[in-house]
Amino acid sequence: MRDLVVIGAGPAGLAAAVAAATAGLDVALVDAGRRPGGQYYRHHAAETGRLHHDWDAFVRLRGALDRLTYLPGHRVWHVEDGFTVHALTGDRDERPVRIGARALVVATGAHDRSLPFPGWDLPGVLTAGGAQALLKGDRVTAGERIVVAGTGPFLLPVATGLAGAGATIAGVFEANRPYGFARHVARHPDKAREGAGYAALLARHRIPYRTGHAVVAAHGDDRVEAVTVARLDRDWAPVRERVIACDTVAVGHGFTPQLELPLQLGCATRMDADGSLVVAVDVAQRTSVPGVYAAGETTGVGGAQLSLVEGELAGLAVAEAAGGVAPDPAGVQRLLARRRRLRAFAAAMHAAYPVRPGWMDRLRDDTLVCRCEEVTCGRLAEAAELGATGPRSAKLLSRAGMGRCQGRVCGYATAWLTTGVCGRIPGPEDLLGTARRPIAQPVRLRDLAGEPENPRDENHPINPA
Amino acid sequence: MVIVGGGVVGAACAYYAARAGLTVTVVERGAVAGGTTGAGEGNLLVSDKEPGPELDLAVLSSARWAELAAEDGLGAAVEYEPKGGLVVAETEEGVAGLAGLAVEQRAAGVDAVEVPAAELTGYEPHLAPDLAGGMFYPQDAQVQPMLAAAHLLRASGAEVRTGVTVTGMLRSGDRVTGVRTDRGDLAAGAVVNAAGTWGGEVAALAGVTVPILPRRGFILVTEPLPPLIRHKVYAAEYVANVASDDEGLESSAVVEGTPAGTILIGASRERVGFDRTLSMAALRRLARQAIRLFPALGDVAAIRAYCGFRPYCPDHLPVIGPDPRAEGLLHACGHEGAGIGLAAATGHLLAQSLTGAPPDLDLHPFRPDRFPEHP
Repeated sequence: MRDLVVIGAGPAGLAAAVAAATAGLDVALVDAGRRPGGQYYRHHAAETGRLHHDWDAFVRLRGALDRLTYLPGHRVWHVEDGFTVHALTGDRDERPVRIGARALVVATGAHDRSLPFPGWDLPGVLTAGGAQALLKGDRVTAGERIVVAGTGPFLLPVATGLAGAGATIAGVFEANRPYGFARHVARHPDKAREGAGYAALLARHRIPYRTGHAVVAAHGDDRVEAVTVARLDRDWAPVRERVIACDTVAVGHGFTPQLELPLQLGCATRMDADGSLVVAVDVAQRTSVPGVYAAGETTGVGGAQLSLVEGELAGLAVAEAAGGVAPDPAGVQRLLARRRRLRAFAAAMHAAYPVRPGWMDRLRDDTLVCRCEEVTCGRLAEAAELGATGPRSAKLLSRAGMGRCQGRVCGYATAWLTTGVCGRIPGPEDLLGTARRPIAQPVRLRDLAGEPENPRDENHPINPA
Repeated sequence: MVIVGGGVVGAACAYYAARAGLTVTVVERGAVAGGTTGAGEGNLLVSDKEPGPELDLAVLSSARWAELAAEDGLGAAVEYEPKGGLVVAETEEGVAGLAGLAVEQRAAGVDAVEVPAAELTGYEPHLAPDLAGGMFYPQDAQVQPMLAAAHLLRASGAEVRTGVTVTGMLRSGDRVTGVRTDRGDLAAGAVVNAAGTWGGEVAALAGVTVPILPRRGFILVTEPLPPLIRHKVYAAEYVANVASDDEGLESSAVVEGTPAGTILIGASRERVGFDRTLSMAALRRLARQAIRLFPALGDVAAIRAYCGFRPYCPDHLPVIGPDPRAEGLLHACGHEGAGIGLAAATGHLLAQSLTGAPPDLDLHPFRPDRFPEHP
C-alpha cells in the first residue's frame, strides 16, 4: 500500500509526485508513456529541449524521480475505491498489475478535441496534437506542405514547430477572431514573450496566419491533396471559399480532459469555460471524493505552467493530509497566487477561442462522425428522429461512440449534433454521457478473469521495501 | 391512452394498442430506451424459463416477435436474429438436468433438441472440448433492444414525448383519467404503467403498491471480431440463477455475437439498489465463465462494460393487466431480466385487455394486486 499513487507523468503528475515524495511520502507515479513528461514534454531519447518551453522545470522534476517509484508503460484501466489501481503493462507479454494507495492524484491530462468535416477521415488529416506528438516524440514532420487549422493558441507552436523542422506551412487558419485576447497576453510577461516568439517565427517562415477562417472540407482520393478553406461569419458559417493544395492537414479545437478514472471513482464534475467537462476541485486540489486529488488539464485546460502549479499544490496537500509537515506557507501563497493568475489567463483564452455552432453547417449526411463504428451524420439525425435526446441515447440507437476509442474522438461532436436537434448546446449531463468509461483501456478477458488472485503486485518486484 | 415509459415494454404496448385502434401518447422521462432497455442484451429466450406462467408468456412472446420481425422492414431494423440458443452442461448430471427440464418445456410448446457432447462443436466450433452435452433451443432469438423500442414506437404512430416526467395522476373519483406531467396534464381513457424498474413509483402516484426492486446486471463487451460465436450460448447453471432468490452476486454468462462484431457477455445479477459502481467481482466472474465456455476468448479484449437495473417482483413474475384498485390504470412492468423477450406478448395481452378481447393467456398470475399490501 503506497501513501500516494499519482496517475499520469505529465507536468501536473510529475510535480505532484515529486512534491509529495520530497515531503517524505512513499509515492508511485504510474504512466502509460515510455518516458516521463506526458504530451507537453513528449521528447526524443536525445532531447535537448529545443522544441520545448520550460524544459528546465522538466529536467529538475525528472532529476527527482529517484525519490519515488516511477512506473512507465502502465496503462490504468480501472481504479477501485479504497484505492486499488488496476493497470496493464508490457507489450507482447501484457500482464495485469495492481497497486494499492491511500491517496490518489489524477493527472491524466487531455486529448485533442476533434470536430468532423467532410474528408476528415482521409489519410493525411490528423489532429494538431497528433502532428505535435510526431514531431516531439519521433522528430517526424507529418507532411511537406501542411495546413494548420482549428482554434486556439496551440495552433501556433504546432505550425512554427513543423516549419522549423523543414515543412512548408500553407497557412494557419484560426476560426475565431481573438482580438481582445492580446490585452490579456500583454499582462503576462512570459505569455507575451511566448506570443512574440511565435509572431517572429510566423514571419521568418512566411506562414500566412488568417483569423476567421476554417478548413471546411478535405479532398483527395487515397489521401488528402487539397482543402477548402472558408472565411467564417461570427457563428462560423462559411462565407467565401477557396481551395488550397496540401499533403497534410493538422486540425485542433482545444482539448478534452480525460475523466474516466475520476468518473469511475464518483468525483463531481463541472463545465469549464471552454465547454469541456472537468473535475471539480477545491483550493487544495481535492475532488469531492475523500483521498482523491486532481491536477492539471483534468481540472480545466490551462496549459503546462498551470499544471505544474496545480500538481505541486496537490502533492503538498496530500503530504500534509498524510500527517507530514505543513508546507512552507510563503511558498504555498506564491503557488496559490500563480494558480490564480494562470487560471484567469486560461479563462480569458477560453472566452477568446470558443467553438461556435456553425461548424455543424460543414457536415453532409454522409460525413462520418464516429469513425470506429462508421456512423455518419445522417445516422445520428435518424437516431434523433427515433427518440434520442442527447449523445448517450444517440449512442444506443446509432452505435456512435461504441467502438474501440469509446467516443474519445467523436464524443464531443456527437454531443453537439444530438443536442442541436433538440435546440440545445451540450450541457454537463450530455458530456457525462460520453465521458463515462468503466473500462478505460481494453483489457483481455484472461487478465480480467485473473484479477485479483493472480496479478503481481508492483510493490514486490520493483520496491522490496 | 397514455403510456408511461418509452422502453421496449412501453413501445410494444404502444404498438399493439395503436394497431387495435387506440390513440396513444407515450410519455418518457428521459430518452427512448434510455433506462433498462438501453442496458439490456436483447435476449428473446424461452430456454431459460422453468415451466409456469413466465414460460407460457415467453412462448407467446417468441411467436409475436417472429410475426413482428416478418413485418415490412421491421426485422432488419431491430436486428432480429432467430439464431437459437445452446445450453451446455459440464457434467453428466447437468446433462440429465437439462433433459428433464426439456421434457417439461416441450409440454409448454418449446422446441428443444438434445445435443450430445460429440455434436457440440458442430453447433459452436470454438466451444471448450470437455463439455458433457447440451440442449439446442431454435426459438431463442435476439434483437438490438434500443432499436427494437425505437422502431416499435415509430411503427405504432404514437405521439412520443421524451423528456417529460409524470408527476401525478388525474382522477375522477377513484378512476384514473390521465397523468399530470411537468409539461402539463394529459387526459386519457387509460393509463399504462410501463415504467420498468421505476414502475413502483408510478404506481404510488395512483395510490397503489406494486413492489418492484432493482437487480443490478453488468454486461461485458469485447472488441469487434470476425464471426466466432453463432448462437446464444450459456451454461446450464444459468436457469437456476435466473430463478434464484439469492441476494449475493450470481452470474452465468450468456455469450453471443452481435451484428456489429462485438461479443456480449452477461449478465451478472446482484441486489445492491441503484449503485452504478463497477463491480470487479462481477466482471471477473463473467470473464471466467465466458472463457470456460470459449477458451479462445481469453485473448480477446473487453472494451467496455455497462450495467442496468432489472425490475423484479418478489415472486419474479411481471405485473401485467388492469389494476382493480385504481380503475383506468394498467400495469406492464416488473419483467426483470426478460423484458425485451416478454415485451411483445405483454403489449399484445394488454391491448387485448384494453379492447375487451379474450386474452390469449390468463393474466391472473400477473395481476397487480397479488402482493400483500404491507409486506
